[in-house]
Amino acid sequence: MRILVNGASHEVGAADLAAALEELGYGGAVVATAVNGEFVPAAQRRTARIADGDRIEVLAPMQGG
Amino acid sequence: MLRMYETELRSRLLLGTARYPSPSILTEAVKASGAQLVTVSLRRESGGERAGQGFWSIIRDLGVRVLPNTAGCHSVKEAVTTAHMGREVFGTSWVKLEVIGEEETLQPDVFGLLDAARILCQEGFEVFPYTTEDLIVAERLLEAGCRVLMPWGSPIGSGRGLNNLFGLKALRARFPAVPMVVDAGIGVPSHAAQALELGFDAVLINTAVAQARDPVAMACAFAQAVAAGRAAYEAGPMEPRDLAVPSTPVIGTAFLA
Repeated sequence: MRILVNGASHEVGAADLAAALEELGYGGAVVATAVNGEFVPAAQRRTARIADGDRIEVLAPMQGG
Repeated sequence: MLRMYETELRSRLLLGTARYPSPSILTEAVKASGAQLVTVSLRRESGGERAGQGFWSIIRDLGVRVLPNTAGCHSVKEAVTTAHMGREVFGTSWVKLEVIGEEETLQPDVFGLLDAARILCQEGFEVFPYTTEDLIVAERLLEAGCRVLMPWGSPIGSGRGLNNLFGLKALRARFPAVPMVVDAGIGVPSHAAQALELGFDAVLINTAVAQARDPVAMACAFAQAVAAGRAAYEAGPMEPRDLAVPSTPVIGTAFLA
């Protein structure tokens, strides 16, 4: 299926968020996630199903003021 | 000792981590500043580059506390969601809450700020709201559960110092027991010293250090200014007056005309 990850279109085979993150190269990374604008805690990524057209945000620590 | 949300900090200088020429200069500047609390943000991570992972490793190695911000959020929902994401990633319930209302000045949307603060305080966050010097907004933020206020000095990154001295003094006087951090707009160490002399508890500096020709030396200069400003506040500054008063005794002046 095709999903939007941080605004860019990606083809993934994974059915849940945790697997999609692995597939997209985020394995082991310190990140926070949201699907379609809603925060998905790390503990719920395994049970969070993803569907065609979903918008996924993957955020990480960054410089800030 | 600076005390915010039951946490004591020796340094009254809080430092932002953005806009430094390099990660190593950031590291050296934080060390030189003596800051024990630095602000951080959340941004999109690329699965290929994973730039955020390296940054986070640098910050963890510094051994300082972090204050995640909600910079760039323009709505209550964005700010609340970002706060949730920050709490998970950074492992802290502290959040520097920003809800930006206007692009030119990055002035806080105080209405959205208050709504977001109410939600986050109820959820157990310890909120540091980036606000203006408005007394009523401050009162409402405190009613919402905020126990620290972060009034702006002047627009973010402007370096203009304390734009509304009268308003800031009134805010300080109106809520004498509330820890207040002047955030944004401080350009040079004298601005920071002035904020501390007025009785503000701390300052948050980013651009003034990061964009200095020598950020490490400037971090040092700010640390000295903050310490001097606080010492002056504790020593009780004299009241200014309009007319001169001779400091040398008049009695005993020789008649040499």
